[in-house]
Amino acid sequence: MKKVFGSPKSLTKVPFTYCPGCHHGIAHRLIAEVLDEFGVREKTVGVCPVGCSVFAYVFFDCDMICAAHGRAPAVATGMKRAKPDSIIFTYQGDGDLASIGTAEIVHTANRGENITVIFINNAIYGMTGGQMAPTTLIGQVTQTSPYGRDPKTMGYPIKVAEMLSTLKGVAYISRVALSKPAYILKAKKAIRKAFQSQIEGKGFSLVEILSTCPTNWGLSPIEANKWLEENMIPYYPLGEFKTPEEVS
Amino acid sequence: MGEKMLMKGNEAIGEAAIRAGCRFYFGYPITPQSELTAYMAKKLLKMKDAAFVQAESEIAAISMVYGAAATGARAMTSSSGPGISLKQEGISYLACAELPCVIVNIQRGGPGLGSIQPGQADYFQATKGGGHGDYHLIVLAPSSVQELVDLTMDAFDLADKYTNPAMILGDGLIGQMMEAVEFKERKKIDLPDKEGWILTGCKGREKKYIVPFNLDPYEMEKINLKIQEKYKKIIEKEIRYEAINLDNADLIVVAYGTVARIVKTVIDNAKKEGINIGLIRPITLFPFPEKIIAETSEKINKVLVVEMSYGQMLEDVKLAANGKAEINFYGRAGGVVPTQFEILTEIKKYLT
Amino acid sequence: MAKIVIDEERCKGCELCIPACPKNIIVMSEYFNKKGYHPVKQIKPEECTGCAFCAITCPDVAIEVFK
Ligand SMILES: Cc1ncc(C[n+]2csc(CCOP(=O)(O)OP(=O)(O)O)c2C)c(N)n1
Ligand code: SF4
Ligand code: SF4
Ligand code: SF4
Ligand SMILES: [Mg+2]
Repeated sequence: MKKVFGSPKSLTKVPFTYCPGCHHGIAHRLIAEVLDEFGVREKTVGVCPVGCSVFAYVFFDCDMICAAHGRAPAVATGMKRAKPDSIIFTYQGDGDLASIGTAEIVHTANRGENITVIFINNAIYGMTGGQMAPTTLIGQVTQTSPYGRDPKTMGYPIKVAEMLSTLKGVAYISRVALSKPAYILKAKKAIRKAFQSQIEGKGFSLVEILSTCPTNWGLSPIEANKWLEENMIPYYPLGEFKTPEEVS
Repeated sequence: MGEKMLMKGNEAIGEAAIRAGCRFYFGYPITPQSELTAYMAKKLLKMKDAAFVQAESEIAAISMVYGAAATGARAMTSSSGPGISLKQEGISYLACAELPCVIVNIQRGGPGLGSIQPGQADYFQATKGGGHGDYHLIVLAPSSVQELVDLTMDAFDLADKYTNPAMILGDGLIGQMMEAVEFKERKKIDLPDKEGWILTGCKGREKKYIVPFNLDPYEMEKINLKIQEKYKKIIEKEIRYEAINLDNADLIVVAYGTVARIVKTVIDNAKKEGINIGLIRPITLFPFPEKIIAETSEKINKVLVVEMSYGQMLEDVKLAANGKAEINFYGRAGGVVPTQFEILTEIKKYLT
Repeated sequence: MAKIVIDEERCKGCELCIPACPKNIIVMSEYFNKKGYHPVKQIKPEECTGCAFCAITCPDVAIEVFK
């Protein structure tokens, strides 16, 4: 018998320290599989955010750097400009990318920086213990929206994929989910396209991944998947928002 | 002999940086340093294997520097007061990650939006860390356009030598001033190899990472102790100052940058009136030339610190003198430059 | 012929692989691993098709698939 599925080379052997059922682990593995498939592990530098995945540097078996909260796209810009031949990806949460790092992501996308952004939208601040994120749904209860997110005073959940796809400098944007095998297979394809777009020099690519945070949602991993499908997907539709013809 | 040219301070910094091998500049416009940003755009956009990015903010610009520096490239950013405040986040990260780079602060009047005229009120911010945590920049304080050139080049070497960010702490006056400068032939110096820490992909080696944090306090303390050791070495080896007329002086002025320039004229004028004034001009603000200040102030006893602030370097002078001399202060700020007349009048107060 | 190998020490007992398996042949175990989680185990291994749905769903890369 031949091994048909195992840990990708681009992951280290260190077990993930994420909570049971947390989608960060799936997202990590998919990125690593894509790096393996394109054979670019040895020329890749990943930029970790501040958030639960600040520890991503331990798990990816490629060069890694940790950016200040929200600044990963700027750090990636500096790296890619200095070494255009390397493959640069950022891995960012919704607090990181869509709140404190809004300016950085918008302008990095707008400049069409040839990097890949993996955006983990779990509708919450995971690391700091479950506060409201810019992507928290209307009515969703968090530590800082204890009576549910009220759009009158807290605004509406930001649709990052849609918003950024209006920018001309962007080559590829899609939104995917990880709550069931069929979605995971699609997510993998999207991540492939995003990296392919970078490898071919097409410009900025981003994959928004709807993810669970069972711990701070107060749900079991299985319930969290269900909650994601029933609440997040209707508001955050899955699909491709921008593709360069050659990549699609 | 190098070439001599007439150049504006801000542009001279840019030319010096490029000649020092800096190919990556990230900045955001702000007066009174915008000519430097424009100069880098003009030059770097036409160069191969180089990049100029007008960043969306100073916060982004310093993070771009952090990224470029992590690949081993010589990278620079520049700004003034409000923009330097925004850079503090990234500067703290650079210091913790031990990444070399050069940051230029062409100081203006503060606080707040302040003014666009020269100031020196960012001394605390520059020399004591500026952002969060225990760290220092190597801070160089030029007082002429020639020195802007020489110190900018030195700043890149020092940053690489100590894998630490270095700052050029100028002010609006020298930034805007035109002077003849010479780009001297520099002798090659041995700098440590960057191969051990740069991130360019793990081909043929184990993966590496740059992470300016550790959630284990004992490990984080180790990171702190390591950079503290480095500061000790910097203090031991890199102190620079200019001393004028220290023997037989009736009073010693301590001043840096633009103010020191003015004081030099005051010294000449005072001589005509039979007043003998000495000057200690720190060229490195961190490391601070404590020893010469301690020795001289004990000997001469009368010291006047002059700054375009309300007494920031003053605190370091007092610490150096350690109570063994009379330390006086004169300062104008908010963009106001003290005049020769004011300074001489002030000096005379302490000589009667 | 197909088989899966579950790394019981990596498994966090999150149960996500259980509904992912079209053959319903993954179940929770009653024992604990070193980290204090109940790892999952496979029953009726002869029914495994090697589709790898369990493995691709696993957030902890705890399942290997052989065919
Ligand atoms: C400047 C700054 N502000 C605040 C924090 C505290 N902080 C750490 S992680 C985080 C939010 C993380 O949430 P998200 O980006 O959604 O990532 P997740 O943990 O959900 O994956 C915050 C606010 C910080 N580290 N730095
Ligand atoms: S807190 Fe949430 S996002 Fe963070 S590791 Fe746990 S489940 Fe994942
Ligand atoms: S490989 Fe397929 S059939 Fe076999 S255990 Fe996994 S999900 Fe079930
Ligand atoms: S999905 Fe992975 S971690 Fe979760 S129970 Fe199954 S094997 Fe264990
Ligand atoms: Mg989040």
